[in-house]
Amino acid sequence: MEPSGQIAKKVSPFFIVIIMIFIALALSFIYLGFQDFLVDNFENGSLNLTIGLIIIAISTYLLFQTQRRTLRPVLEIQPLNTTVLCQKCGFKNVREFQRGDYIFKQMEEPCPKCNEKTVSISSIFREVKEKAKRATID
Amino acid sequence: MLTLQQVSQLLPAADNTIGWILQIIFLGFFVVFMFYGQRFQMWIMIREVEGSLFKLKLMRDEARKAAIAAINEIGKPQVDPTAQVDRFLEYFAITPVSLDPAGIIWRLEHLLDVQDARFKDDIKLMAPQADSTQIYNLEGSLEVAAGLNMIYKVIRHFYLLGKKTLSLYVIMQVQMILPLIMKEAEAYSSAVKAFQLGQPIGDGVGALVAAKLMHDYEKTKIEKDMVVATVPIEGRTAYVLKAEGPGLNVGKPGEAIKQIMEQNEGKISLAIVIDAAGKLEGEKVGEVAEGVGVVIGGPEVDKYKVEETALKYKVPVLAIAIKEDLGDAIAPMRKEIFDALDNVIDRVKRVIRERTKEGDFVIIAGIGDSCGIGQ
Repeated sequence: MEPSGQIAKKVSPFFIVIIMIFIALALSFIYLGFQDFLVDNFENGSLNLTIGLIIIAISTYLLFQTQRRTLRPVLEIQPLNTTVLCQKCGFKNVREFQRGDYIFKQMEEPCPKCNEKTVSISSIFREVKEKAKRATID
Repeated sequence: MLTLQQVSQLLPAADNTIGWILQIIFLGFFVVFMFYGQRFQMWIMIREVEGSLFKLKLMRDEARKAAIAAINEIGKPQVDPTAQVDRFLEYFAITPVSLDPAGIIWRLEHLLDVQDARFKDDIKLMAPQADSTQIYNLEGSLEVAAGLNMIYKVIRHFYLLGKKTLSLYVIMQVQMILPLIMKEAEAYSSAVKAFQLGQPIGDGVGALVAAKLMHDYEKTKIEKDMVVATVPIEGRTAYVLKAEGPGLNVGKPGEAIKQIMEQNEGKISLAIVIDAAGKLEGEKVGEVAEGVGVVIGGPEVDKYKVEETALKYKVPVLAIAIKEDLGDAIAPMRKEIFDALDNVIDRVKRVIRERTKEGDFVIIAGIGDSCGIGQ
């Protein structure tokens, strides 16, 4: 099942290139600033460092702004597992949810193992994979 | 430790042209921020609200489109239902007068009954081929779309008002609660498809417990969309009740419990109410807790009826809550919530053993949405 309402990420590559040039420029200024400090030229050093840091701050802000505009899918169909269980022989089949499924629904098809019409839906649920977390206060 | 001289060396020197320019720019920034700092802050907030508003609009439009598609697919209407759906999204209900609170519950109940009947009639007109279960499910998805529409319109109101008045405080109050509103809207969005497909949702866990207890026993229909079964548990007779499934339906559990208590002339030793309850951050999804009182959410009409009747017949009411947050409550049921089922049933049996004698009568009410849950 495909999620509906998928929104494409629309960030201009030209914009990304400009940000990258800005970052490269900023790093050059910072490098020059450190070089100046090493030869005790504090005036030029502080000037280069200031320019470099200002450019890097602007570039980072712009980069974050482009990321913020990215939207996740709006209406997602979440994958659900339906468990079909034979009440007589205990045969269990886990499959994807289908429209019309509900818990305790008596199925019309007979059990593939004992051929009795004692099959019903015993559970429907979704599994959420939690992101691995660092040690936190529980 | 840095000395003042060392710190000053980090600032641009003013003895060359670029240094002077930078000094002026810095001073310019200082002056501009002194007078327009609040306005810059407001522009940033407006941009943030604008981004969320765009997302809310998208959610609202998607929910509306999904509802129209479901009506066309299930209901096979002769005419395009778009206009009717748009009308539905704008419905409102005016709460009863609370200045004189006497009898407010009955007036609220009447209002909710009228609203429910109106919704169902409208959906029957929109989707003439839909069966009763599908009507319940369509009603749920349309109500979710209406909820998203309302959230979008309220946020848009504050956004436009903030822009119009250029008042930081108008925009700030909406910006501060925006993360919570977006969380709620995202939960609503995940419910749209679940309701349309008739999937069990987290809020249905109370009904699921009751369904599991009554599954092999004869059921009878009682007051508005509720089913009850007489189930022997631990040598006692339990009236197990839930909303009739598998359509999206919460029924009127308060009225049903009241009727059972009155039919038994109060000879009920214990009433156990089971429902999903909001969890605090840090609590685990599917955690089970016990308490005292009527654990029924919603507009409190049902809660009131149970409290009144329990007081009249001096019936102790105990509550079992299954913890989940709003997102889990209206999204398809999580495994952790489903896995809590056996734990809840064990607790119900233990409470019955501890609090009642053999031969006693008890009520077990599974509260919640029966969407995707039979009996």
